[in-house]
Amino acid sequence: MDAQNKNQANKYSIIVPTYNERLNIGLIVYLIFKHLNPDGTQDMVIQLQKVYGEDRILLRPRPKKLGLGTAYIHGMKHASGNFVVIMDADLSHHPKYLPKFISKQMETRADIVTGTRYVKGGGVHGWNLIRKLTSRGANVLAQTFLWPGVSDLTGSFRLYRKSVLEDIINCCVSKGYVFQMEMIVRASRKGYHIGEVPITFVDRVFGSSKLGGSEIVEYLKGLAYLLVTM
Amino acid sequence: MKHIVKIFSLVVAITALWIGLLQSSVIPRSHTWLLPVYFVVSLGCYGLLMVGVGLMNFPTCPQEALLLQKDIVEAKEYLKQRGVDVSSS
Repeated sequence: MDAQNKNQANKYSIIVPTYNERLNIGLIVYLIFKHLNPDGTQDMVIQLQKVYGEDRILLRPRPKKLGLGTAYIHGMKHASGNFVVIMDADLSHHPKYLPKFISKQMETRADIVTGTRYVKGGGVHGWNLIRKLTSRGANVLAQTFLWPGVSDLTGSFRLYRKSVLEDIINCCVSKGYVFQMEMIVRASRKGYHIGEVPITFVDRVFGSSKLGGSEIVEYLKGLAYLLVTM
Repeated sequence: MKHIVKIFSLVVAITALWIGLLQSSVIPRSHTWLLPVYFVVSLGCYGLLMVGVGLMNFPTCPQEALLLQKDIVEAKEYLKQRGVDVSSS
């Protein structure tokens, strides 16, 4: 990314794991470049007119769907920045928050900046009452027993110092969203400084059965694992 | 120190306090025996209260869905003009 940070030495790599996100990845790339250019629309258009450039967008496919944790590790091998942002490809994580993540990190010198949906200024759209209830219940349980130090444990829109990401990702063993929880709790236990930025989350995957009985059991097992091993 | 050790120490401290109360008879015995039950029940109620309060105050952002739709249209327009295939299939 260009001369948009006063500290020229920082370089931000953005890893977007994808599976069946054909259209969304195009939209995400457009929005990323739109929001990371501070000089206004005209400059953005000039930049984008160079059609991004292959040195700035790297596509590193794998033979089949292999899991999120390994996708991050795979992405990191090709990331040249000293900071890494991870975000979802389905547009629930909006690139307009990227400048806020970056400036929060600079202000607080945090090792990790995580997006939180649960504080004022953040929020969720597209969740029904049951979904909100389970999310809230899960959060209260996690806060009571884990004392994690962050308000949104399962969020996956985060900025990591690359060395920190490398350190924790190799220790994590969980899958799915428990993996996100394990990452942040491990980081907290290791004493890394974690900052938070309120983000809005628009869930467009309506009707997805993300919270069935087995999901809840998996969550409780993950919580117990984190409680006992951290 | 591992987190579970912290929690364990907390439980041990509370248990010691409870045993102390049992032995010293400051509170009538019958009540003291029930203290752990009261404690767990209040913890449960507190948890339910936090869930309820959190649910009522759950931050939502309906306007963000609209903004996102606008962003999608803008992005599709832009990419289409540059020859990118933006069909949804």
